[in-house]
Amino acid sequence: MLKKRLIAVLILREGQVVQSVRFKHTNVIHYDAVHAMEAFNKWAVDEIVMLNVSRSADSRAGFAEAVERVSQHCFVPLAAGGWIGDEDYATRLLRSGADKLVLNTALAERPELVTALSRRYGRQCIVASMDVKRDETGAARIAVDRGQRLLDEDPVAWARRAVALGAGEILFNSVDHDGARRGYDLATLGELCRAVDVPVIAFGGVFGWDHLVQGVEAGASAVAAANIFHYTEQSTRKAKSHLARAGVPVRREGCELPSGRNP
Amino acid sequence: MSGRIAIVDYGMGNLRSVLNAIEAVGGVADLVAEPAALTHYDRLILPGVGAFGQAIDNLRRTGLDRALEERRQAGATLLGICLGMQLMCSDSDEEGLHAGLGWFAAHVRRFPDTPGLPVPHMGWNAVDFARPDRLLAGLESGGDAYFIHGYRVTCGEPADVLATCAYGVEFACMIQRENLYGIQFHPEKSQNYGLTLLRNFVNL
Repeated sequence: MLKKRLIAVLILREGQVVQSVRFKHTNVIHYDAVHAMEAFNKWAVDEIVMLNVSRSADSRAGFAEAVERVSQHCFVPLAAGGWIGDEDYATRLLRSGADKLVLNTALAERPELVTALSRRYGRQCIVASMDVKRDETGAARIAVDRGQRLLDEDPVAWARRAVALGAGEILFNSVDHDGARRGYDLATLGELCRAVDVPVIAFGGVFGWDHLVQGVEAGASAVAAANIFHYTEQSTRKAKSHLARAGVPVRREGCELPSGRNP
Repeated sequence: MSGRIAIVDYGMGNLRSVLNAIEAVGGVADLVAEPAALTHYDRLILPGVGAFGQAIDNLRRTGLDRALEERRQAGATLLGICLGMQLMCSDSDEEGLHAGLGWFAAHVRRFPDTPGLPVPHMGWNAVDFARPDRLLAGLESGGDAYFIHGYRVTCGEPADVLATCAYGVEFACMIQRENLYGIQFHPEKSQNYGLTLLRNFVNL
């Protein structure tokens, strides 16, 4: 039986792992992403996503180097993205050790790049990152440019379009829920999971292990978090054990420890 | 070149991660693209991500197919990973019918369309052992490994099946005969489970 995946997200700004709160990144968690990777290796995480949220495209070379260093210690699938604006840079990230590419703003501005990369490297290599934000009327809309620019696009239509462009997976995040500690945007997550037949990764807002269970119940194939996994010792092991006890099928490795208290 | 492992570089996919994993378990490996250079190795890994047709074309065009055949007949241990395992089979129906290296009497076929089971089969799934083998030392049947593939292997010779996995249908996820091994999942991406397998391979 295919397991639900537990994914740790490393958010990098100028090469440092940072905390993300509503897409603002002020606190540095790790000066070197390799330290985070080494912890997650011991804690039996299922997959790693690395996102470059630096404000300038000048960060691209440094991020590729960080991907390369992390990949040397990463023996689970590694997805990487942020500032992918052309095929050469996408290829560079893959050669640096990434297994998958995470594309976000390109879905709006360079859809042909998404399709070209999907044809060249396969659908399984393309993760469409979708950031959703509520507008002033409360309607869920797509945000691009690291959450800063709101498009008049409905998330479900956007997800279907991403799959049509060649995405093999969707990474769903909510700007409003990111770092807000109240769990995933379950309403939008559920709609997306019902709308597309590719795996959906839930992200943004996890502050207790029950939030992960809620993501699975909403239909997600994988549940992701960033801040909480860095701030709790043995975090991903505890998270996984909690999922297992809730009846969620998870990879056996990492479940042997008794779970700690819910943070 | 005793002890060193050749990772066959034929232009398909992420060889670095295989190299990283071999080094992490204490092995020493070289990326080898030159057919003549393969004769120095008695353990070889045929990795690969991508389309079957292009992969087999690359092997034939470069002459690596003949060099690998020579190594096989010389008794070297060969390990095919993912597409590399599929290339060891008789044929694949991935975008047209392509003949493989033909080392296993096995066919590579697309997963049937099944509601709720998207293709490719991607994620962690249980590996059930069909029989013991030195490569499986220290591992328990039923452990999870990381898969990502749209085509699966069906063996014509049941004795070749070392382990199976289920995704709508049951398929061979590890095969072995004599000095040949094939693994459908990615040991280099299957954390301790996969690293144990690769350590066993290094120590074969």
